[in-house]
Amino acid sequence: MAIKKAFDTFAGPLAKSNPITTQVLGICSALAVTVKMDTALVMSAALIFVLVGSNIIVSALRNLIPSRVRIIVMLTIIATLVICIDQILKAFLFDISKQLSIFVGLIITNCIVLGRAEAFALKNTVGESALDGLGNGIGYGLILLLVAAVRELLGSGTMLGIQIVPRFLYVDQGGWYVNNGFMLLAPGAFIILGLLVWVQRTITGYTEE
Amino acid sequence: MEQVVHLLSLAVETIFIKNILLAYFLGMCSFLAISKKVETSIGLGLAVVFVNGITVPVNWMISSYLLDKGALQWTGIAGMEQVDLGFLTFIVFIATIAAMVQLVEMILDKVSPTLYQSLGIFLPLIAVNCAILGSSLFMVEREYDLMEATVFGASAGIGFFLAIVTLATMRYKLKYSDVPEGLRGLGIAMLLTGLISMAYMSFSGINL
Repeated sequence: MAIKKAFDTFAGPLAKSNPITTQVLGICSALAVTVKMDTALVMSAALIFVLVGSNIIVSALRNLIPSRVRIIVMLTIIATLVICIDQILKAFLFDISKQLSIFVGLIITNCIVLGRAEAFALKNTVGESALDGLGNGIGYGLILLLVAAVRELLGSGTMLGIQIVPRFLYVDQGGWYVNNGFMLLAPGAFIILGLLVWVQRTITGYTEE
Repeated sequence: MEQVVHLLSLAVETIFIKNILLAYFLGMCSFLAISKKVETSIGLGLAVVFVNGITVPVNWMISSYLLDKGALQWTGIAGMEQVDLGFLTFIVFIATIAAMVQLVEMILDKVSPTLYQSLGIFLPLIAVNCAILGSSLFMVEREYDLMEATVFGASAGIGFFLAIVTLATMRYKLKYSDVPEGLRGLGIAMLLTGLISMAYMSFSGINL
């Protein structure tokens, strides 16, 4: 029984109650860092680190945090974790941290982190909160990678920087193929995510209103 | 005169071409959650213009007089030109924003109760709006000076206001359309945002 509950806590956010497509949390960064798959991967890793960390810390302190100042306490915990990950990225993955620009810092105001801390970690044990953080983080990462895969494949003809569309098909090589530059622009991201939400909600049967 | 033209072109660029929401995706959460009614979206939009116009210059002062490398030189203490508190940027900015929101709320309550009534519920929400923190971080990244930062903050807010009111009016019309089941709510809102964003892209290339 306990195992099943733990599994549900972890697996629920992967598909059925996915943070992006169902809970509508954390959309800003989902769109901004998905031009290429490697930035999406690094961003998801950073978010998983912050989310699991903040869930564990908030849950461990849940009986000590006075409810009137809880928002500012949680923001401080999250901001500290984000500073850690930002410094780590700047030290070891400088190029990617330049590409992510301000979006690592924006994990602080990413609604997923604060939302899960408020809705789950404040009421549950440390172990469950860690699982919830991990599940939501991976659920977020999955959507990010899907959007990034579509945008990178259609927009640049590559995946993770590896050429997928054969070179000889391109116009400059005597072929007929041209990359769809629209996918690299902002509207492309909105439309891909909108279609993804449609597919996901048709499969899980979730409807609003 | 040159300065005025420069600031004006910065404002136009921030509102239309580099719209904080439609080109940088900041503030999407509240954008999607609050845009169901036109009145509330106007309230939120005004609150964002207001708070952004105040927090960006305030954060500019904090980052150039306290946090940047060598910013503490004005204290006159020896060795201060070596101090770099840049790693504290995130935590200080978010604290400033939370404090400014609280302050704006209290001042509004005293000075203009009617405006407070209409903005009231949205002000606390704004503290965790990515658009506010994002504008402050962009201001640091793009190395604006104080005038530019002020104009940038206010026009980023105006851009957000325009976008959210546009989407709210479109969603109002949408009530009478037959949208496929899985697309209702978030899905169709994202597609609409994509279309609005495409329309805004046609502004790119404008130069004053």
